[in-house]
Amino acid sequence: MNLLSISWKNIQHKPTSVILSLVLFALGVGLVAFLLQVDRQVQQKFENNLAGVDLVVGAKGSPLQLILSSMYHIDAPTGNISLEQARPFLNPQHPLVDLAVPLSLGDSFKGYRIVGTTRDILELYDIQMSDEKLWQKDFEVTAGAEVAKKLKLSVGDVFQSSHGFTEDIHSHDEQLEIVGILNPTNTVLDQLLLTTPATFWKLHNHGENLPEGDDRAGHDHKDGNHVGHDHHDHDHDHGDAGNDSETMLSSSSNAYLLQQEDSLSITSLLLTFKGRNFQALNLGRNINENTDMQAASPAIEINRLFSLMDTGTRALNALALAIIFVSGLSIFLAMLNKLRDRKLELAYMRVKGASRTQVFMLIIFEGLIIAFLGSLLGFLLSYGGIYLLSTSMEANYNYSLSAGSFSMAELYLFFGALVMGALAAILPAIQASKTDISITLEGN
Amino acid sequence: MLEASHLKYKYTSGVTLSFPSIEVTSGDSLLILGNSGSGKTTFLQLLAGIRKPTQGQIVFDGISLDSMSASTLDKFRGRNIGIVFQQPYFIDALTVEENMMASCYFSSMKRDDQRGVQLLDRLNIRQKAKSSPRQLSVGEQQRVGIALALINQPKLILADEPTSALDDNNAQAVLNLLREEADRLGSALIIVTHDKRLKDNIEQTITL
Repeated sequence: MNLLSISWKNIQHKPTSVILSLVLFALGVGLVAFLLQVDRQVQQKFENNLAGVDLVVGAKGSPLQLILSSMYHIDAPTGNISLEQARPFLNPQHPLVDLAVPLSLGDSFKGYRIVGTTRDILELYDIQMSDEKLWQKDFEVTAGAEVAKKLKLSVGDVFQSSHGFTEDIHSHDEQLEIVGILNPTNTVLDQLLLTTPATFWKLHNHGENLPEGDDRAGHDHKDGNHVGHDHHDHDHDHGDAGNDSETMLSSSSNAYLLQQEDSLSITSLLLTFKGRNFQALNLGRNINENTDMQAASPAIEINRLFSLMDTGTRALNALALAIIFVSGLSIFLAMLNKLRDRKLELAYMRVKGASRTQVFMLIIFEGLIIAFLGSLLGFLLSYGGIYLLSTSMEANYNYSLSAGSFSMAELYLFFGALVMGALAAILPAIQASKTDISITLEGN
Repeated sequence: MLEASHLKYKYTSGVTLSFPSIEVTSGDSLLILGNSGSGKTTFLQLLAGIRKPTQGQIVFDGISLDSMSASTLDKFRGRNIGIVFQQPYFIDALTVEENMMASCYFSSMKRDDQRGVQLLDRLNIRQKAKSSPRQLSVGEQQRVGIALALINQPKLILADEPTSALDDNNAQAVLNLLREEADRLGSALIIVTHDKRLKDNIEQTITL
């Protein structure tokens, strides 16, 4: 038997008087915890995926949209640019550009985006992978870890992509084949299907205007829907076909793209600079002013997005803090109310030898227990909220959040809530400690 | 063991009451009779150290209550003085058993579960140990009140009107219980009451 257990029994004895305080506390703490988590995780996702890209070049339109579609794969692309326009950046001789990664967007498979790009994209995200798992020829696909897991894809599987980002509006006839699956990278690559830019041209032009070389799409997979089969023999066929230009110059490289016709198009380019000198910093403005393309800096656009989100987050935070304050007030009022009924009981404890400090602490503990339980409930609520949000985000954007990460901010929130509970109990506790013990023997 | 000499108490209203000097030793029983308004309750509060006398002093086992700090006096009272109230008090959220534990806890006494069980046994409420005291009958509550007063084996038992709400049979039973337990512990027993029925049962009587 100690003060804490007596406080706990007191709360259990009359639970109705604390339910309101508990619920308010849970709502307030839950909302703050939820916002903390979402804010942190969304920022993390965005920042993880910045990948050192200095500039994104694409068709004119909203710069934020260009960044969102090309780097985060959550919005529609702004349009396409021609290979002619992109050519200067793809040239390894470009004085400012270190790495140029072309992207072709617009197709998907079961809601996951297919990206036509070169292997350089792996360098952007610092991913090491053995060559045989990577897309090399057209219609070869390397799947991100998350897609592969969700769609249960394995090496050798073939599938038909759909035009657009929603499921099964219009499927292309040609088959794509999974040649490898990336290890989890915790970046946007996890949810992408990577293939060559030329695959997009072949899917969309149906034979006209095609670059020479890979004719695999035409003849290979006549036997339709055999997802999961072993395609070992096909690989063999290709080796025998002996298409020299293709093996020498993989269509998943910039050098290959440089040889193709000007009229072919890609969606955008992700650029990193050799150095952040004045000229490099001016490159974006030059593109915007002097070409039909636009250039956008991911860091700037994402900061803009964060500051937009920040306004909303701050408003919600203020609301949540107000709720926590009101819950503290409700603890205060409930205790003050209860004190009147408990006067004799407290005086009796004093007669039994309890000191003023002990009576004081008894009431403080009650405030702390309510705050503790309320916070606990709040954190559970926030995890529930994160789970729901994550589920809906995954359905809409293929991004997910993880419930259960606990940072310093949550720790502060937790202790802040406890302090609030103790503060709310201080005045009632002082009053309780002043209980006149002589009343136990009076009024009989 | 307890010596109260020349006690006077001045109320905030200005009225001053004087109380007779008393002296009790271990095993003694003393009945203090008085009508309403005679200051019985005040006398009891002075003896229990709940109020400070304006004059005179109380010496308990050679120590003056006056000389103790407030918190020392709180613990001292919890350990050495058991008070039986006219209407028993409990910590309502706790069971009978837990209330007894709380008594030990607040007075910093070592808990002795066996003694508690034996006490409840003698008071014939052992089967109520796990009950909430407010759910018991009035008679049972009174006996729980006695158990709570005695659990710390006090040297002095102060009883405030323990029988005034009871009929003759029950009044006699409660009185017997108090005397038996006081004898068993070798404690001094002081009963403050206006109930003249008790007069024949206790040798020493003071009338206020």
